[in-house]
Amino acid sequence: MARYFTDEHEWIDVEGDTATVGITDYAQGQLGDIVFVELPDVGSVIDKGKDAAVVESVKAASDVYAPISGEIMETNDALEDDPALVNTSPEEDGWFFKMTIGDKSQLEGLMDQAAYKSFCDGL
Amino acid sequence: MSDETEDTIAETEALPLDAWHRRKGARMVPFAGYFMPIQYEGIVAEHNWTRTQAGLFDVSHMGQLIVAGDKAAEELEKLLPGAIASLKPGKVRYSLLIEENGGILDDLMVTNATPWIEGDEEAGTEGHWGEPAFYLVVNGATKWDDIGHLREHLDDDVTLTHMDEHALIALQGPNAATALNRVMRNVIDDMVFMESVCHDFGEWPLRITRSGYTGEDGFEISVPAEFAESLADRLCAEIEVRPIGLGARDSLRLEAGLPLYGHDITTDTDPVSADLGFALTKRRREEGGWMGHAAVAKVLAAGPGQKRVGLALDGRMPAREGALIYSGDTQVGRVTSGGFSPTLERPIAMGYVDAALADEGTDLEVEVRNKRLPAKVAKLPFVPHRYHRGK
Repeated sequence: MARYFTDEHEWIDVEGDTATVGITDYAQGQLGDIVFVELPDVGSVIDKGKDAAVVESVKAASDVYAPISGEIMETNDALEDDPALVNTSPEEDGWFFKMTIGDKSQLEGLMDQAAYKSFCDGL
Repeated sequence: MSDETEDTIAETEALPLDAWHRRKGARMVPFAGYFMPIQYEGIVAEHNWTRTQAGLFDVSHMGQLIVAGDKAAEELEKLLPGAIASLKPGKVRYSLLIEENGGILDDLMVTNATPWIEGDEEAGTEGHWGEPAFYLVVNGATKWDDIGHLREHLDDDVTLTHMDEHALIALQGPNAATALNRVMRNVIDDMVFMESVCHDFGEWPLRITRSGYTGEDGFEISVPAEFAESLADRLCAEIEVRPIGLGARDSLRLEAGLPLYGHDITTDTDPVSADLGFALTKRRREEGGWMGHAAVAKVLAAGPGQKRVGLALDGRMPAREGALIYSGDTQVGRVTSGGFSPTLERPIAMGYVDAALADEGTDLEVEVRNKRLPAKVAKLPFVPHRYHRGK
């Protein structure tokens, strides 16, 4: 399984033809206390870079974009009862959704862990 | 308070406690032309700490003004709709600056700060009140306009002083008095909500006012900028006290139902629609003699078209400023501030709705990202005030 990162602070785990998407620890730290996550409808098809989810912190709402194009297969129901999972376990239990990988070539422009770390260090 | 405006983005200034906040781990953001701490450990933790213990807030961005002179009270009464002439020394009142057309220029606190002059036996003088003086605290983002407005309309016989060498520190929460009492003995013993005293704490000349913007008991302490860090350290040394950022200040005041200038009240809103009628003293409401009276009297006579209300939302999705409010298919209002209430663990908001739909319990809907969320008109404050009113 390979993990990629976007410059919008999403992570994406690729396993076969499926990808799991969430936001990074850096992102949750910037957002602060998360009180609600609006997830996409299962079955919806989303293009790379389009709105896929909305994260509501106490202070503000932030959009989460689809890191690649694909169809939403499953969303993380645990976030409904406990949105703070995104704060406590952003890169594991606090995942947002699983999607199909419509176009594998879209993975090519993404960062690996080391590249993402130096990207954040430069912010 | 209000968000940064275009002309303040250019040069963001540092306030007296800037370095202190950074040492405490604050995340600093530009606000009202200054770098301000938005949060330290996290908004919800800071919010809950203030509701259960005591929070220290730096509100030095706000404008602290002194209006002094024999005619200070009557001059202020030309611009403020409250009774200023009958405000006794040491007493505080919430008031408004109102435009000729009834729009709200700012909301503010006014304290009768007339000094008591001790008698001198050798010189044969008795104790007496000195020159009348009023201490005003106005919003940070509006202070320069306020100063211009006051200078333009106050008689030349009164002086207006901007205390721009002073910081303002708020200490808020159920344990604020306990903590402050331990730092300064017997200073606040007899004070109740909306009272103010001057106190020399060693060489630091302070003005301590029992007031705040959280709905909790608490104090606002005006301190010369050079002593602000030492005072903040001294207060934070108390086990009940932690520094709290602007983020929690906003969620606390929203729960307390207190309007935020630039959002819930603006030049497009009048005091009656804003449900701030309590700031219009009864006698002055009838007699007038203050800027904007004619326009406000019309709204009072006819009743406001819209009213500021609280809204309690179902579920967990917050409605933010700008969200439209519906009754059935008809748009009946707009949210002016909204967020998630850490105390109630649900979304709450304030907004303006048609007066006929402003009764508590009215079922409405708020539109967020093309979804209609059920919302009920709720009593303000959402979380009861716990001011120290004495007896």
